[in-house]
Amino acid sequence: MKALILVGGYGTRLRPLTLSVPKPLVEFCNKPILLHQVEALVKAGVRHVILAVSYMSELLEREMKAQEQRLGIKISLSHEKEPLGTAGPLALARELLTDNEEPFFVLNSDVICDFPFQDMLKFHKNHGKEGTIVVTKVEEPSKYGVVVYEGETGRIHRFVEKPQVFVSNKINAGMYIFSPSMLSRIQLRPTSIEKEIFPVMAKEGHLYAMELQGFWMDIGQPKDFLTGMCMYLQSVRQHAPERLRTGPGFLGNVLVPPSFQDPTAVIGENCTIGPNVTIGAGVVLEDGVRIKRCTVLKGAHIRSHSWLESCIVGWSSSVGQWVRMENVTVLGEDVIVNDELYINGANVLPHKSITDSVPEPRIIM
Amino acid sequence: MLKAVVLIGGPQKGTRFRPLSFEVPKPLFPVAGVPMLQHHIEACAKVPDMKEIILIGFYQPNEELNRFLASAQQEFKISIRYLQEFAALGTGGGIYHFRDQILSGGPSAFFLMNADVCSEFPLQDMLRFHQQQQGSHCGIILGTTANRKQSLNYGCIVENVDTNEVLHFVEKPSTFVSDIINCGIYLFTPEIFGHIGAVFQRNQEERLQEDPPCGRLMSEVIRLEQDIFTMLAGQKQLYVYKTQHFWSQIKSAGSAIYASRLYLNQYHRTHPERLATNQEGGPKVTGDVYIHPTATIEPTAVLGPNVSIGKGVTIGAGVRVRESIVLHGATLQDHCCVLNSIVGWESTIGKWARVEGTPSDPNPNDPYAKIDSETLFRDGGLTPSITILGCNVNIPSEVIIRNSIVLPHKDLNRSFKNQIIL
Repeated sequence: MKALILVGGYGTRLRPLTLSVPKPLVEFCNKPILLHQVEALVKAGVRHVILAVSYMSELLEREMKAQEQRLGIKISLSHEKEPLGTAGPLALARELLTDNEEPFFVLNSDVICDFPFQDMLKFHKNHGKEGTIVVTKVEEPSKYGVVVYEGETGRIHRFVEKPQVFVSNKINAGMYIFSPSMLSRIQLRPTSIEKEIFPVMAKEGHLYAMELQGFWMDIGQPKDFLTGMCMYLQSVRQHAPERLRTGPGFLGNVLVPPSFQDPTAVIGENCTIGPNVTIGAGVVLEDGVRIKRCTVLKGAHIRSHSWLESCIVGWSSSVGQWVRMENVTVLGEDVIVNDELYINGANVLPHKSITDSVPEPRIIM
Repeated sequence: MLKAVVLIGGPQKGTRFRPLSFEVPKPLFPVAGVPMLQHHIEACAKVPDMKEIILIGFYQPNEELNRFLASAQQEFKISIRYLQEFAALGTGGGIYHFRDQILSGGPSAFFLMNADVCSEFPLQDMLRFHQQQQGSHCGIILGTTANRKQSLNYGCIVENVDTNEVLHFVEKPSTFVSDIINCGIYLFTPEIFGHIGAVFQRNQEERLQEDPPCGRLMSEVIRLEQDIFTMLAGQKQLYVYKTQHFWSQIKSAGSAIYASRLYLNQYHRTHPERLATNQEGGPKVTGDVYIHPTATIEPTAVLGPNVSIGKGVTIGAGVRVRESIVLHGATLQDHCCVLNSIVGWESTIGKWARVEGTPSDPNPNDPYAKIDSETLFRDGGLTPSITILGCNVNIPSEVIIRNSIVLPHKDLNRSFKNQIIL
């Protein structure tokens, strides 16, 4: 089976992290975002993954070759030279997707959840029509496009974009499965799948909705990245609690590289880590550090007595002693924060030194 | 023989020092580890022939003041008395009211100083200068240089550069007059009372003529600066002795931290035993730090520069304190960080909490810059300033308290920034 992952371009919403590393390779809970999806696809029987990119990255190409070897599958890159919208990339990859009659998956690359690929396949084959959209329930549907469908069968009636009054609380979760015949609907030009393709398919009765069970998050921006991390770690606790680190000094769900991994993480005395913390390989936490609701990427160094909440600390960054960082502060790669500063909601670009406190949220270039 | 008089004010004065002044009379607030007044008393006691120090103010007799007087007398072996005004009589009215007491024993001259100044107190230099002057003058004013803009906040002195006579004196002018400002430290001869008396009589007569009389109280208020100096200027009665040594007013809590720094620095010369050093099993000390001998401090704590730790304070592991005053009995729990703040008596700061203020120090590049007497509010918001925790305030773990003032006996449950918390 095949899957097309819509990777897109520069990942600007996840800057400054994506200034150093292409978005699919940014580690989410210690594994590149893309790999969460690819490994789940492989488990469901996918043997060929096509990445639809609009920005070609050598790093991404190299990494994907390595994963091909490791997973024993084929990974192709489909490169759109001009913007094709959300449907165009499917047309671009038409040849790759239609070499047999099997349905293929299409995923938005920013989505994290308990991927239900086997269930999707079953559901899709069951109704036998051209398309299945996974939907998920959200608290504030008016921020998204909502899906109106028949509860019993799942047949989709219509879509409403950012409704002002309550229409439905189910939104498009960014995961689809299509039969190859659906591709004849899409031309190779900039096309919006939500606005131009889906409404027609729905009218013809060819679009069905499958409700996602469990957590869902679009982790394309730092605030949601951290929220998604909390949800994912909670899911790990339910399905594979042995992966989490416990013991004195650890609260709630904390993910730390396994001790056999080299380089491992070093954690000092009298630290309190968690809840909801991911620590990458080679990270050093000195004595008396308190971290909550943070992702600390590889090689970062947090010096003693500092306090961090809701932050992303970029690769190889260094946070000084007695620093207080909070409110979705994001440090890019190799950022240095001096001792005793207060950093509130700062978005710091790579290789920057911070020598003064940032008491109110802002971007530091 | 000589005497010294210190004007210590009263509860209605010094309101800019709230909430700290709710607990202790401002003159007793510790600066560089000892009560503000003690610096005055130590300086006076060092002057040969100093026979008595008189404190004049309108505080009701209280335990704090009495205790301080008793221990100061014992320590410095000099008579110290407190004379309570029946009402606030002004900087001139108080000494005039008690002139008989001040002049009892026949002092040849007496020093007069405000309690809320921080200074090197060059009293012996002032005395020598006084003795060098020809003619019969009645007062020496200690002056220092301020920058043009800030001079407007003080009493301004125009001097004759050759004779040092005070030619003109204006209190807080609205336009620039002179960059020599009044330090609030004076040396007077008994003749000064003749001049004050004249003003007193004149005021009495004026008040009686007014209909209806606004009260006897008003007639006794005499301000040294506006009523006496302005009148005596230009009559060869007042001379100014200029000092370039450190001087600062202590009006607000922020200036107490600045004054602490000045006094702590002076300790290298006058009281090196009061400065903490790095010792085995003790905290890491950087810059000038005062630590009361009864304080308990973990060795992983880092203190300084410009830190004063009071009696019985407990400081946990990995605590950082910088540019701050920690008052008696306070507890700072592990890993917390205290910067540019005053932590009130018996207060507690929880683990990993951050208590931080914004310093209002004078521009270090301007040698004549003075600390600003900033207003509490500016542009509709609280002016960023030193964070003050009143007495018995409890700060929970892991929060941040920034640029805020917390009134006494308050338990906080979250972070606060730029607020006054009642």
